[in-house]
Amino acid sequence: MTTEALTTAEYVQHHLNHLTLNLKTMSLGSDGFWTLNLDTFIISLVTGLFIILIMRFVAVRATAGVPGRLQNFVEIILNFVDKSVRDSYHGTSKLIAPLALTIFLWVFMMNLMDLLPVDFLPRAVAPLGMPHFKSVPTADPNMTFAMSITIFALIVFYNFVIKGWHLGREFLTKPFGAYLFPLNVIFRLVEEFVKPLSLALRLFGNMFAGELVFILIALLPWWAQWLPGGIWAIFHILIITIQAFIFMMLTIVYLSMAHDKH
Amino acid sequence: MDINATLLGQLITFIILVWFTMKYVWPPITSAISEREKKIADGLEAGERAKRELELAEHKALDIVRVAKSDAAHIIDLAHKRSVQLVDEAKEDARVEGKRILEQAHEEFARDVSRTKEELRLRLAGLAIAGAEKVIKRNLDATTQANLLDDFVAEL
Repeated sequence: MTTEALTTAEYVQHHLNHLTLNLKTMSLGSDGFWTLNLDTFIISLVTGLFIILIMRFVAVRATAGVPGRLQNFVEIILNFVDKSVRDSYHGTSKLIAPLALTIFLWVFMMNLMDLLPVDFLPRAVAPLGMPHFKSVPTADPNMTFAMSITIFALIVFYNFVIKGWHLGREFLTKPFGAYLFPLNVIFRLVEEFVKPLSLALRLFGNMFAGELVFILIALLPWWAQWLPGGIWAIFHILIITIQAFIFMMLTIVYLSMAHDKH
Repeated sequence: MDINATLLGQLITFIILVWFTMKYVWPPITSAISEREKKIADGLEAGERAKRELELAEHKALDIVRVAKSDAAHIIDLAHKRSVQLVDEAKEDARVEGKRILEQAHEEFARDVSRTKEELRLRLAGLAIAGAEKVIKRNLDATTQANLLDDFVAEL
């Protein structure tokens, strides 16, 4: 909250605004498409760098002998991801497993920002002249769509590379047979385009709703906040992990579907 | 929710992160893991092999002990026989030697007896002559004396 007293609606509204950078004038503010959500950008970058530096640190010092605590921890995650990939993906691409790992860790870290107190980061950056700050990048559709569109591009790429001409036949004849080919094409197009949409909107919806509930809890009197806040935060630990896992798992499944000929 | 240029920024960030993970994070860690798995598998296999070898060695050791035992029994048997034989031989030797010594003693004794007899005979002859000398109280010439002595000795 800023210094002047805000109404409930204003408080909520305030928390739903991004810290934006106008890319045309390079100043704070927004200008249609050429706007950068600085908060999303900065937090995702920080969490991304955090993951990558730790992973790289472990990778450089990785030993086949007795692993240390950190290496052990990373190996557990890595084995978990690797197993998930092996269970549903049977192709030979060396990209899928690292992609799944990156998605899982990055999404998890960005979701984790949801557990910071809702006013913590906005208050912290307010003295720097930043009027708004949304601390959860995955509650920004730009973030989730950026990932799902990349994955969609990969789905299309693998569909063409692996299936070749077979893809055309698949488009025309599945699932209703060759005589209903217009229906098949429509069906298939919808099926394919729903993938990135559902992937992005599921994560965004979950995180946005979670954040909103935290904001609403923050509106309660101070003595009543701990109970719903605690319950929701504990429940949210589950949600952020599950959402990261689902995002990873669906990516693997979609990509393995792109590999499998029907 | 408005889509704006953030999408592009995040897209690039995401691609860079995935690329970095694929290039610099995933391979070293997975290779370390698989190398360790191989090490463990090798270790287990080596343990199994060592166990088998130990079993073999135990069998071999038992065989050796059994052979050694039978050899020892054989040698002891031989030694027994030999010792019995030696004792028998020693007995035989002792018997022969004893007999020989006994015979020797007998011979010596016989010789002593005959010598003593001879001596006694001579002395008796001397005494007899001396006695005879005194009896006849006269001196016989040497030749007669010698003849008398010889006769006397022969009569003894």
